[in-house]
Amino acid sequence: MLARRIIPCLDVKDGRVVKGKQFTALEDVDAPERLSAFYDQEGADELVFYDITASHEARKTSLEFVEKVAQTISIPFTVGGGVNTLEDFTTVLRKGADKVSINTGAVLNPALIEAAANKFGRQCVVLSIDAKYNGESYDVYLHGGRTKTNLDAIEWAQKGVALGAGEIVINSMDTDGVKTGFNLDLVKKVCEAVNVPVIASGGAGKIADFLSLAKSTGADGMLAASVFHYQEISIKELKIALSAIGIPIRLEELNNGIKL
Amino acid sequence: MKHVIIDYGAGNIASIMKACHESGLEAVLSHQPDVIKNAESLILPGVGAFKEAMDKLEESGLIPLIKQHVHDDKPFLGICLGMQLLYEKSFEMGEHRGLGFLEGQVVPLETTVKVPHMGWNQLRFSQPGNPLIKTIKENDYVYFVHSYYVQSKDQYLVAYAEYGNVIPAIVQKGRVVGMQFHPEKSGRTGKALLNAYKELIK
Repeated sequence: MLARRIIPCLDVKDGRVVKGKQFTALEDVDAPERLSAFYDQEGADELVFYDITASHEARKTSLEFVEKVAQTISIPFTVGGGVNTLEDFTTVLRKGADKVSINTGAVLNPALIEAAANKFGRQCVVLSIDAKYNGESYDVYLHGGRTKTNLDAIEWAQKGVALGAGEIVINSMDTDGVKTGFNLDLVKKVCEAVNVPVIASGGAGKIADFLSLAKSTGADGMLAASVFHYQEISIKELKIALSAIGIPIRLEELNNGIKL
Repeated sequence: MKHVIIDYGAGNIASIMKACHESGLEAVLSHQPDVIKNAESLILPGVGAFKEAMDKLEESGLIPLIKQHVHDDKPFLGICLGMQLLYEKSFEMGEHRGLGFLEGQVVPLETTVKVPHMGWNQLRFSQPGNPLIKTIKENDYVYFVHSYYVQSKDQYLVAYAEYGNVIPAIVQKGRVVGMQFHPEKSGRTGKALLNAYKELIK
């Protein structure tokens, strides 16, 4: 069985991991490669890094940390933030990332998705979408949630996949950082709309939030940041809890007979 | 013993180098004909599209040396797309000829499942006693990323994953071995498998 993935997300600024509560009030947490090694050992299935200030300040991702992370962990990882060109893709992949996440750059230039999928394969192209409820449907936002567009999030996900995106990360701005649970409605809608893996992001506060996400949606991955960084939720305990309700989960330590 | 990772401009080489090192498989990266020629074992990585990878291999001029290596019954490991290249042909965007060391063809995944097959899936054993899998347990997870899979003869199938269909995951014909998943991205299980490969070719 294909396992559901637990994915810690590390927002990076100036080479340090930060987590913005709804994208403001940044706090330093740790060095990317140190946290990465910790998460690999804890049983994280994958890691995602965003340079959260990249689009806003119109500068390229500071990528030194990518090489350090690649040399540290033995699980896949995605890097995003400020990726606007094919050259940006090449740079990030050469430094050792497995996948590249695009957000604002893809909305401004949808052809980038197609070009990147053709050049590197669609498995490398992750379309990340920041979505906010408008009372009827979900709007796509850019620049780390600062700019509203007229795009519908579900339609944009479908278009992105048609262009060549191999995975969707759907981040609910309504639930992001408030720890009251994932946006199940949004995740369900995206899962129904596309036939590629979907990663749910935004809202994780407690283990029960992951359990309801896994039970009631087809999300392939469950992404969270601060609950892992501040060790409010242990990845091992989370994975055991998911496994206990019958969700397919990779428990390497258990399979290898090592008691947790 | 000299293990050589074939450098032909396709694949996440740094990760494979690192995983080999951590599994006790000291490998060098090279595209030099004399290094390839004298290699005791070869590792063929690969990500991206089948045709582009075959074209790059052709351009490298290394294919005759690779064929001689396999003909001489020296160990050979193909990883991910590198495994698919071992087969006769692929139907990824057209029809393209592969290296042809194993009989079979590369075809698209069923559309009843999400494509790409991306994430951690369990290995099921079809040859439980095979030394290649002696360091792991059945149902251990490894990391897959692919949109096409191999249809081939069951006799070479060591382990498989279930994803819409039977997905060959570890294949072996003589000293030619293929792994469809990424051992270098598969945590401890991946390293255990590379270690088993190392022991096998000693």
